[in-house]
Amino acid sequence: MSATQTRSAEGAAAAGGEHRSRGPAGPDAGYNFGYLDENTKRMIRRALLKAVAIPGHQVPFGSREMPLPYGWGTGGIQVTAAVIGPDDTLKVIDQGADDTTNAVSIRRFFARVTGVETTERTAEATIIQTRHRIPETPLHEGQVLVYQVPMPEPLFRLEPSVTETRRMHALADYSLMHVKLYEDIVRHGHIATSYNYPVMVNGRYLMSPSPIPAFDNPKMHRMPALQLFGAGREKRIYAVPPWTEVRSLDFEDHPFEPVRADAACALCGSRESYLDEVVTDDRGGRMFVCSDTDYCHTRQARREAAE
Amino acid sequence: MMHDLPHHPHPDPPPPAGEGRGGGVSGGACPLLAAHGLSLRYGAVPALDDVSLSIWPGEVVAIVGESGSGKTTLLRVLSGLLRPEAGEVLYRDPEGAAHSIHGMGEAALRRLHRSDWGFVHQNPRDGLRLGVSAGGNIGERLMATGARHYGCIRAAASDWLRRVEIDPARLDHLPRTFSGGMQQRLQIARTLVTHPRLVFMDEPTGGLDVSVQARLLDLIRGLVAELGLSVLLVTHDIAAARLLAHRMLVMRRGRVVESGLTDRVLDDPQHEYTQLLVASVLAA
Repeated sequence: MSATQTRSAEGAAAAGGEHRSRGPAGPDAGYNFGYLDENTKRMIRRALLKAVAIPGHQVPFGSREMPLPYGWGTGGIQVTAAVIGPDDTLKVIDQGADDTTNAVSIRRFFARVTGVETTERTAEATIIQTRHRIPETPLHEGQVLVYQVPMPEPLFRLEPSVTETRRMHALADYSLMHVKLYEDIVRHGHIATSYNYPVMVNGRYLMSPSPIPAFDNPKMHRMPALQLFGAGREKRIYAVPPWTEVRSLDFEDHPFEPVRADAACALCGSRESYLDEVVTDDRGGRMFVCSDTDYCHTRQARREAAE
Repeated sequence: MMHDLPHHPHPDPPPPAGEGRGGGVSGGACPLLAAHGLSLRYGAVPALDDVSLSIWPGEVVAIVGESGSGKTTLLRVLSGLLRPEAGEVLYRDPEGAAHSIHGMGEAALRRLHRSDWGFVHQNPRDGLRLGVSAGGNIGERLMATGARHYGCIRAAASDWLRRVEIDPARLDHLPRTFSGGMQQRLQIARTLVTHPRLVFMDEPTGGLDVSVQARLLDLIRGLVAELGLSVLLVTHDIAAARLLAHRMLVMRRGRVVESGLTDRVLDDPQHEYTQLLVASVLAA
């Protein structure tokens, strides 16, 4: 299975499988490096190259059965498996947290089938697979952010026909999305889309940013890291290359505004990060904490060190 | 060669079957849309058989005929929604350059449809988004042509509701709460908001009761005169054609059997089928 694997030159992180023992246990010898077979990885890399060449454009790919259900990150896992190499360091977050079920199981999965090092530190990771958040710590060049995408089509609630949405993308006919934002303002007085807020990529393609909070949208704009999006059930891959323009749709007199709970993190005191509201008892008690656990822990550690 | 002036087109010479050539598009008074030798068959049925026609700026042309005579097919071919087996449709843009409708590609055609052209469907449900408020329906074409100022879009929508005699207080209501006549008027507002040069209307008064029809015809006539629109009107209602159209074409079995000034055709029908049509309708 593995001896004749070819190294591919598709990006720094895409060096194909090599069974080198790394990490505490080393890869499970029963699986190919990264779980997927080499031909599948090559197929996904071809889709990724095309996606990077046409920022924001959805590229179909032959999504495989993965050992977890649709909706748990099958698309993201396949993209990660296709780009990960033995020298990479992987971080997996779920709603910003490193310690939730989805994040822990995907991280353990890759530790087992690739043997790569894993980390919870944003700055140390070379590949970050994420569900529904962009880390607070700014990403740098050379990093790859892999999004798990449930629904890649930004127009799907507005236009039921996939054939028609494809035609709309081809003709850059996006007035329907603006009609939706217009209706939001009519009904709520402001654009009430708080997550999965549609963006224009490179001034051409309308793109769903996967359900990240609108708060994270500005981070996508001219991000130094490569952003890859995988939708397993819908069998689509799309990408935003580094330093690409990503604009949130809005109106001149109702500009895009990222939404954030008006509070400070109860653990680290941050007033800049995106907050989760946690219900603490059944008498109305609640607290706000950072959704990005790594960011919160780092700040707490720094504060303790200072005391 | 015939007609020249837009507002008072001269009568055609007593027309032979198969209307005038729209081919010669050059010189000062050029047709906005010129079709030449259009043919299309559905299996063995000829839907269009060597049809030619021209429409000049500011002119309203009615296409009448019985069901199945090819009226709607002709409208769909002229507006680029259907491709003919033979023949050509030329559209002259505001700069005066002629474009072949079926050779221009889908992107250019769609751009034309959302800026220079309008299409009013017989059933307003085909032309409206029923889950979107009246204001959103009117604003869609504005947003499609680049309007990005919510306040301006809303003001334009409100203004257009008033112009089609709908209470602007209903700006945020859904079209499904509107009556049939109001829906049709909303569809017209939505179509005209970008000031198209050419509007295709497919039986705009079909399915409405007589008094509502009369008001709608009145409204369309007023707007057409005010905006200087060119309209291609498909109808089986000869009274509507007489009220709105400068010229008319009578179709039967995919052929244009007679054409000319509306009053001339209706008062002095030459072709036996037109005579039958006029007799049977006006006698009622």
